[in-house]
Amino acid sequence: MNKTGWFSNKIYPFISILAILALWEALSFFEIVPNFMLPSPQQTVQAFIGDFWLLMSHLKVTLLETVIGTLMGVSIGFLSAVLMDRWDPAYKAMYPIIVLTQTIPAVAIAPLLVLWFGYKMMPKVVLIVLITFFPIVVGVLDGFRSADKDAINLLRSMGASRWQIFRHIKFPNALPNFFSGLRITVAYSVVGAVLAEWLGGFAGLGVYMTRVKKSFAYDKMFAVIFLISIISLILIWLVSVLQKKCMPWDQVDVPVRKRDQNKVAKG
Amino acid sequence: MKFGDETIIRDISIAVDQGELVSLLGVSGSGKTTLFNCISGIYQPTAGRVLLDGADITGTTGHISYMLQKDLLLPYKTIEDNVGLPLVIQGMSKEAARKQASEHFEEFGLEGTQKKYPKQLSGGMRQRAALLRTYLFSDNVALLDEPFSALDTITKGKIHNWYLDVMEKINLTTVFITHDINEAILLSDRIYIMTGKPGGIRYEIRIDTPRSQRQGYDLTDEFMQYKRQIMGVLEE
Repeated sequence: MNKTGWFSNKIYPFISILAILALWEALSFFEIVPNFMLPSPQQTVQAFIGDFWLLMSHLKVTLLETVIGTLMGVSIGFLSAVLMDRWDPAYKAMYPIIVLTQTIPAVAIAPLLVLWFGYKMMPKVVLIVLITFFPIVVGVLDGFRSADKDAINLLRSMGASRWQIFRHIKFPNALPNFFSGLRITVAYSVVGAVLAEWLGGFAGLGVYMTRVKKSFAYDKMFAVIFLISIISLILIWLVSVLQKKCMPWDQVDVPVRKRDQNKVAKG
Repeated sequence: MKFGDETIIRDISIAVDQGELVSLLGVSGSGKTTLFNCISGIYQPTAGRVLLDGADITGTTGHISYMLQKDLLLPYKTIEDNVGLPLVIQGMSKEAARKQASEHFEEFGLEGTQKKYPKQLSGGMRQRAALLRTYLFSDNVALLDEPFSALDTITKGKIHNWYLDVMEKINLTTVFITHDINEAILLSDRIYIMTGKPGGIRYEIRIDTPRSQRQGYDLTDEFMQYKRQIMGVLEE
């Protein structure tokens, strides 16, 4: 993409974000909303800087939970999809249950998990696994199943084994779905970890949140909310980077067909 | 060959000699593709046998590959990896497959496309790559199921010339399915005419002009005579 294109693409979101910040600043500066309820952007930044190292130590815990939970959820999701694709009874038996688990709200199950697994890392990880599992399993399974039947038959005619068909057709076909699932999943994971921490724990951004809430330090509350947003954005960005690495064919531009038409006309 | 109670094709007996190019010409629904799936081993026929050099290969895959109207090039593999895929399937390493594939790119008019992805190529070029892949799979017999029918007339004309040219060089035994009478006459040594249902061979025609003299053949009187003959059979 050329430079001017990049600029005009970024200028609009930049202006809109700036406008929101200005509105926010105005609301708190003219005390339209009382200051203790809505701290100004400036106060939020100050709170963030003042508590920076404390925030980082809590962030470390939350991130660790997120990473472990996501890795586990994604692995379990992927393996389940493989199993369900390979063996139809597994699909018939597991799929309704998987859908059912998604109808239970995370907010409802989180307190139970705390009750069952205590205040340490376990309930957080379990909750994240439950959250991440679904988008991955559904996306990947759909990717496996939507693989071109003719392409599979062609490989079979070449004498390909089941594994080779998986390796050359089904797996790459599921990659786009896998990554869109993963992108949703990483953002949810952070929120899930914070939610579980909020309900009980010794460390983590959710624990920090309950503490600052109790002391009515809303500037710190805003600071941690922004931190969580930023972390989610970074994780989503990392997934995009990984996707570009894993799917180089997605990056190439399709040639303009006009050249071919000209050639035909001249010839 | 039957699906359930319905007989799709019956009493078909075709023989193809080494290096010969044989067409199966017939309307849609005459069971041409079913026959191909039996020959390539995807389907186990209800009755009958498939023999390759005298060996029975009925219902087994890995001997004869085919090419369809859809190029079926995998969008996530480069052209060299796409055409080398059958070699990888047969157990060759990726590098060795690329190396062997690269030897044929010029012959097939595909030079310079090795590192490209299928979507960067035109329809005609993709079909060339698909034919190279079929050829690399097994250099003796290939089944082509309406390989050029999705192309526009101009591209099709060009690719016919290219095809005759390549076939001169590689000496590939080929069974070619088509519903295009012109294509069948222009490209074949022999034509079997199929009619449905159930599908069977109705008629056999040998094209006497050698394939090496087929440039511009579709404008000759002899070509027209064959065409009239075939249309007569199809209208019966």
